[in-house]
Amino acid sequence: MVLMRIAGELRGRPGVREAAALMGTAANHDLLVAAGLAAPPVRDATAGDLMLVVDGESAAAADAAIEAAHALLDTRRRLREESGRMLPRTLESAVRRLPDANLATISVPGAYAKLEAMTALRRGLHVFLFSDNVPIADEIVLKRVATDKGLLCMGPDCGTGYLNGVGLGFANVVPRGRIGCVSASGTGLQAVASRLAALGEGISHGIGVGGRDLSAEVGGVMTAFALETLGADRATELIVVISKPPAPAALARLEAAIRVIAKPVVVCCLGASAPAGAPGRWVATLEDAAEAATADVRARPWVPRAFSDAEDVRIRLSRIEAGPRRGGALLGLFVGGTLAHEARLVLDAWLGPAATGGRHRILDLGADEYTVGRPHPMLDPVQRDAMVREAGRDPSVGVLLLDLVLGRGTHPDPARSLAAAVGEARAVAARAGRELTVVACVIGTASDPQGLHGQIAALEAAGVHVFPGSAQAARFAALALEPTLAPRLLEARG
Amino acid sequence: MSVENLLGRPLRVVNLGLEVFAQELEADGVTVLHVDWQPPAGEPGGADLLALLDDE
Repeated sequence: MVLMRIAGELRGRPGVREAAALMGTAANHDLLVAAGLAAPPVRDATAGDLMLVVDGESAAAADAAIEAAHALLDTRRRLREESGRMLPRTLESAVRRLPDANLATISVPGAYAKLEAMTALRRGLHVFLFSDNVPIADEIVLKRVATDKGLLCMGPDCGTGYLNGVGLGFANVVPRGRIGCVSASGTGLQAVASRLAALGEGISHGIGVGGRDLSAEVGGVMTAFALETLGADRATELIVVISKPPAPAALARLEAAIRVIAKPVVVCCLGASAPAGAPGRWVATLEDAAEAATADVRARPWVPRAFSDAEDVRIRLSRIEAGPRRGGALLGLFVGGTLAHEARLVLDAWLGPAATGGRHRILDLGADEYTVGRPHPMLDPVQRDAMVREAGRDPSVGVLLLDLVLGRGTHPDPARSLAAAVGEARAVAARAGRELTVVACVIGTASDPQGLHGQIAALEAAGVHVFPGSAQAARFAALALEPTLAPRLLEARG
Repeated sequence: MSVENLLGRPLRVVNLGLEVFAQELEADGVTVLHVDWQPPAGEPGGADLLALLDDE
């Protein structure tokens, strides 16, 4: 986090084209090469070394940036030494100093997470557990202890939550309102909360449960408890459940929990349709979840739509078709795992079963295989930006599908470097006589620190077709690949 | 159900790990106490630099 902030501040300096601050691991050396930032002075850096690389418009600008980076590190060291004397060193001592604490937010490395979370639960604190790489056996034990004590254990691997209008983890700035969420997906909750905000609704509480809660092993224990909790909460009028398809045992628990709640429940289990006789209103996509919930609390009818603005889509398509030679396959480069999953479902539905497992590819760059030794791409865009540039040089890629996730805790200006990478990729493709169509969904709100409208404008200026959700973006990508789908897709739904 | 001490009540938070989460909560006006958490067993070598990175 510190290094990403330093790199971000350097990028914002005058005369700096690109900057990286990375530990000298083998993976990071590869990253520098891919980003065109490999430089002789850091070639021999090892995992214990910090590499600062600046691509400046002049040697003076680059030198000044490196000097600024040293100053930032020195300031940080000093502040840490000063504040370190006053901070508690353990959770136990913190609770002694804050005896009425009611929540522990924990993001220590996974190997230590169980110990700290268990200590918090034993002290009667609810837990928001951001840490990943926590063994599932530990998750089962933590959630059993929590439910026995009537406490929430949000996570492990819980990216986002909202309690009493306060965002936890990576959270978009959304209004407080009457819709409660129970989510096994951080970016899924961000997408629904942001869409609700755009529709004029707010969140009462958004209880994250971690991505494995509805697995066979964990059995949906925290989802059921969160539903019971929101069912009894006076501020919550309707509940949205967000997850991947539940395992059979977890589905049974989910259905039982919904049946005893006297409030409407919208269920979005991405990739699963409503089982026969299942309670609740089942919807297919995250956008649908927000729209159905909004319609329901306003007692209005609702039918799902393929696009929020079909006329705009028609205009965009006609421009693409009038453009230069097209062709090639789709490459999806996602930072949000659930957004990638949703895009896969939509594309496979329209382009044929397993289309994204064959000719077309969708990569979740937040998955472990891409984040070993690196920060999450929601925090540090360097790796994805390099892959976008690479796609410009790859004649097999015709459509690039992207996501951008805003909110607190994430990168301060992700659109800027992404737009630059897209602009470069499209120019390289155009010089080779190819049209590279770029489609993106932007998850965020006007109140987010990055500002939704400025981020969208930056992408659109680079020629990106921007949509408010992953499903719509994926449908548009399908149309860009197969224009013959237009009559069916524009009229029907995805 | 002790969730009553959480929903509808002011959050009072103990934060372990990424310091940025404590800063975000503070910016929201939430009472938060950040723990200067360290792994039980330190990494040998390069500890000074790693310590700078571990506190967020």
